[in-house]
Amino acid sequence: MNKINIYKAGQELFFSGIIYVARDQAHKRLVEAIMNKNRLPFPLKGAIVYYCGPTKTPKNKIIGACGPTTSSRMDAFTPTLLQSGLMGMIGKGNRSSQVRAAIKKYKGIYFITYAGCGALLSKHIESVKIIAYRDLGPEAILKLTVKDFPLIVAIDAKGGSIYG
Amino acid sequence: MKEIKASKITAAVIELVKRANFSLRIDVLSALRKAYISERNKRVKKLLKAIVDNAALAAKESLAICQDTGMPVVFVEVGQDLKIIGDLKKAINQGIQEGYKKYSLRNSIVVNPLLRGGAGFSPGVIHLDLVMGNKIKITLLPKGFGCENKSQLKMFEPTAKIEEIKEFIVAAVKNAGCDACPPYVVGVGVGGTADYASILAKKALLKKFTAYRLPLTAIGKLEKSLLFAINKLNIGPMGLGGKTTALAVNILTYPTHIAGLPVSVNISCHALRSATIIL
Repeated sequence: MNKINIYKAGQELFFSGIIYVARDQAHKRLVEAIMNKNRLPFPLKGAIVYYCGPTKTPKNKIIGACGPTTSSRMDAFTPTLLQSGLMGMIGKGNRSSQVRAAIKKYKGIYFITYAGCGALLSKHIESVKIIAYRDLGPEAILKLTVKDFPLIVAIDAKGGSIYG
Repeated sequence: MKEIKASKITAAVIELVKRANFSLRIDVLSALRKAYISERNKRVKKLLKAIVDNAALAAKESLAICQDTGMPVVFVEVGQDLKIIGDLKKAINQGIQEGYKKYSLRNSIVVNPLLRGGAGFSPGVIHLDLVMGNKIKITLLPKGFGCENKSQLKMFEPTAKIEEIKEFIVAAVKNAGCDACPPYVVGVGVGGTADYASILAKKALLKKFTAYRLPLTAIGKLEKSLLFAINKLNIGPMGLGGKTTALAVNILTYPTHIAGLPVSVNISCHALRSATIIL
């Protein structure tokens, strides 16, 4: 997903590739790491983060239910991550005006995906790897390979938003 | 006196954990299907279909309907002629612990709310009630926190007009916006005390809501007019509009003090899950 400028708010697409799962506590740690100039667990530049905390993995499954969590809880941390190179975010719900301004400034993109459909979305995950903050349990950072993961552009790189 | 072993209660809770998290309630599912059928906006219709398909897939493959398997809230009615052999609360929490682990659900519970860390499966929040008879009725409501975070309580003046109360309830849903997975079920508790109104609001989510019984009671009329007002907010699934912002409004009331009128709102996402067993 190199030319994100072409996507407009409201557009639907299917993404295949790598996304990183990170939510509340992981965001707090990532921003602390940036502030302290520590090494980050994955390269932020060009990365997409998914606000999610999957269930435990059932036997014979790649992953359990894994739908999006409420994005606004990550609002306080998002501008710092965008400034450090983060490209995209996937979650559910609206963002603060500061996040929207930061998306425009740093040419990022915010997607939403099917909220409350964690079982359905698990079928789009091909592989899962825990890469950092294992002690956070369901809030650890995961690297996912996804296939045809359904997305709706909620805020585009020009600051256009489906929420008006 | 009838006796029941605590281990039997643990086994029952394990069963409830499975039923509640894998199989969406029939009244919720049929309300979602109805919303899907009546929706005209194509994109919103597609989202409602995904919600219904998700429930079917979860039931078929024993997957959690939602990854947020909630804070387990347990309502227990114990018959006063029943003797429990063992520790009731411990038995319930053990059922939660074993059930959530057995069915690969999420360890969303942090033991210390301020220090965080060390996520586990239990304890749940247990509401105990003593009733007549020699049975025990246990209801498990795994409550997701995206929607729990949108809860509101207001202590109204006793002279408040019904219109002010309605405005407060509709505003609570407006405030939740698209964050907490609409279409919602809105639980409302009116009366009692601040704490009791909030328990009633949560308990109201357990009321079956497929059809309004005629003739409507005063509360029935209020529920219906609130549902109408909420659906005019045009929030809809994922905030993309359409006909259905809420599937139902459920109200429970209790006597209160001459000086006050507590009103509590507890919102549920569309994945309103609960299961009940009587032993």
